[in-house]
Amino acid sequence: MTHAISIDAVSKRFASLQALDRISFTVEHGEFFALLGPNGAGKTTLISAMAGLSRADSGRIRIMGLDTVTETRDARMKLGVVPQELVFDPFFSVRETLTFQSGYFGIRRNDAWVDELLHKLGLTDKANVNMRALSGGMKRRVMVAQALVHRPPVIVLDEPTAGVDVELRQSLWTFVKELNAAGHTIVLTTHYLEEAEALCSRIAMMKKGRLIALENKDTLLSRSAAREVSLQLSGELPASLRPLYLRQQDGRHILALPDISQLERVLGELRLAAVEVRELTVHETGLEQVFVKLMHGGQA
Amino acid sequence: MYSFVTLLKKEILRFWKVGFQTVMAPVLTALLYQMIFSHVLSQHVEAYPGVSYTAFLIPGLAMMSMAQNAFANSSSSLIQSKITGSIVFLLLPPLSAPAFFGAYLLASIVRGLAVGAGVLLVTAGFGLPLPAQPLWLLAFAVLGCGVLGALGIMAGIWADKFDQLAAFQNFLIMPLTFLSGVFYSINSLPPLWRGVSHLNPVFYMIDGFRYGFFGQADVSPWLSLAVVGGCFVALSAWLMRLIVSGYKLRH
Ligand SMILES: Nc1ncnc2c1ncn2[C@@H]1O[C@H](COP(=O)(O)OP(=O)(O)OP(=O)(O)O)[C@@H](O)[C@H]1O
Ligand SMILES: [Mg+2]
Repeated sequence: MTHAISIDAVSKRFASLQALDRISFTVEHGEFFALLGPNGAGKTTLISAMAGLSRADSGRIRIMGLDTVTETRDARMKLGVVPQELVFDPFFSVRETLTFQSGYFGIRRNDAWVDELLHKLGLTDKANVNMRALSGGMKRRVMVAQALVHRPPVIVLDEPTAGVDVELRQSLWTFVKELNAAGHTIVLTTHYLEEAEALCSRIAMMKKGRLIALENKDTLLSRSAAREVSLQLSGELPASLRPLYLRQQDGRHILALPDISQLERVLGELRLAAVEVRELTVHETGLEQVFVKLMHGGQA
Repeated sequence: MYSFVTLLKKEILRFWKVGFQTVMAPVLTALLYQMIFSHVLSQHVEAYPGVSYTAFLIPGLAMMSMAQNAFANSSSSLIQSKITGSIVFLLLPPLSAPAFFGAYLLASIVRGLAVGAGVLLVTAGFGLPLPAQPLWLLAFAVLGCGVLGALGIMAGIWADKFDQLAAFQNFLIMPLTFLSGVFYSINSLPPLWRGVSHLNPVFYMIDGFRYGFFGQADVSPWLSLAVVGGCFVALSAWLMRLIVSGYKLRH
C-alpha cells in the first residue's frame, strides 16, 4: 500500500541553520492536508525537497510511491506545485505560458484542458493578455493553472491565497475542493488558519524545522480548551471564578469553559456575588488558538 | 523529446519577439564597423593575394557578431529567469539535462545564424565573393555559435547577478572576440602576439569561417575545425555534468 506522499526522516541544513530536522509523515490518497507553521518554519523548504527544487541532506521522499531522487521523472509527473513566490515570464501571454508549461511536461495538444483551467480560474477573458499586464492575483491564478497542466494526482499549494481577493479565494477553494473530490490529493500551506480549518481533514504543524503536531483536525481542536466565554461585568470577578480566568481583553474577562454546562455555574456565582453581566459571548476555540498555544511551546 | 522542442520554441520566440534589439541592432553595429574600417583602411594592402581588405573584413565581422549574440542569447535568458524566479517552471517538470542544454544551445545557434546572415546580407555589397567552400563556412558558423552559446549557458548558470554576467562578458568574451583577427590577419602581427592569438579559440572560428569564403586562411581549416570542435565537445560534456548535478540551479 503506497501513500500519496511519504516523507521519511528528511533533514536539510543551510549553513548553520537546520531548516528541516528529521521530518517524517505520510499523506494518504485523496486527503486534504494542511501544512502549517510560522514564517521560517521550513514549509517551503520541505515542498522544494518534494519537488526536487532542492536536495535534502538525508532522508527519502516518495510521491505516489516514486522516489524523488532515483525516479525523478516519474515522480515529477505526479506532482503539481504552486510556488509561494509570485513569478512569471514577462515575454508571453497567459495561453502561451500554459501551452509551454504543458509542453515541458511532454504534453502536446492540451487546449481542451487549458481552456477548462482558464475557465475555472476566471482567466478566460485574459487568455491572450501578456503576463506583465495582469494584476498580482491574476498572476497567482496563472501559477495555479501552470501547476495543473499535467493533471497531477498530488497537488501542493504553497500559500496560494496570499494577495488574492475574497472572491477569487472562494472560487479557488471551490475549484480545489472539486479537484479533491475527483480524487486528487491536496497539500496546502497557508497563514489563514480559518482556511485550513474549513478545508483540511488533517493538519501538520512545523516549527523551526521540526514537526510538532500531526493530527486529524477534530482531534487537534478538541485538545485545546474547547470554549471561552467573554464577560463584561459591573464589578470585580468573584474569587470563586479565578480558576477559570484566562485573560483580560478590551475590558472584558475571558474565562475558559471546558464544558458548556459550566456556563450555568459561572452565571450562578456571579449572581451570588451580585455582579451584573452587561455582555456575554461564547467563542468556540478555533485552530488559531491551538496554533498559538503549540507555537509558544505549551502542549495544547 | 517534445519537452525539448517546446523549450527550443520558447527560447527562439523569446528573442524573435524582440528581434529589433536582438537581431537588427547587432547587424547595424556590424554595418557601421564595416563602413568605418573599410573607409579608413581601403588603401591597406591586400590581406591575402587577390582579397581586398574590405572583403577580408566581412567574414570576421559576421563571425564576431554571431559569437557575441550566441553568447548573449543563452546567458541573458538564463540569468533573467534565474533572477525573476521563473526558472522554477523549468525545474518542476521532468525536463532532462540534454533537453535543457540542447534547447538553450540550439536557440543560441539560431540567433547567432540569424545575426550572421543579416550581417553578410548588409555588408555583401562591400565586395564579398560567393563562398568558395560553403560546407566549411556552415560548419564554422554552427560550431562557432555552438561554443559561444555553450559558454553563455555556463555564464548564465554561474552568475547570480547581472553585474557578474556583465563582467564575464566584458572581461572574457569581448577581448576574446576582438583579439581574434577580426580586423587584421594575424600574420601581420609580431611573433609574440601571433603566438598569443593562436591560443584564442575564437581566432580559429574566424579563420575557418574566412576559409569558407576565400579558400585561403592563416592556418589550415582542419586545424581550426579540430580546435573549435574540440572546444565544443569538451565544453558541452562538462556543462551536461554540471546541469545533471544541479549546480546553482537546485540548491
Ligand atoms: N536558499 C536558502 N539559503 C539559506 N537559508 C534558507 C534558504 N531557503 C530557506 N532558508 C531558511 O530556511 C528556513 C525555512 O525557510 P522556509 O522558506 O522553508 O520557511 P516557511 O515555513 O516556508 O516560511 P514562510 O511561512 O515565511 O513561507 C528559514 O529560516 C529560511 O531563512
Ligand atoms: Mg514558505
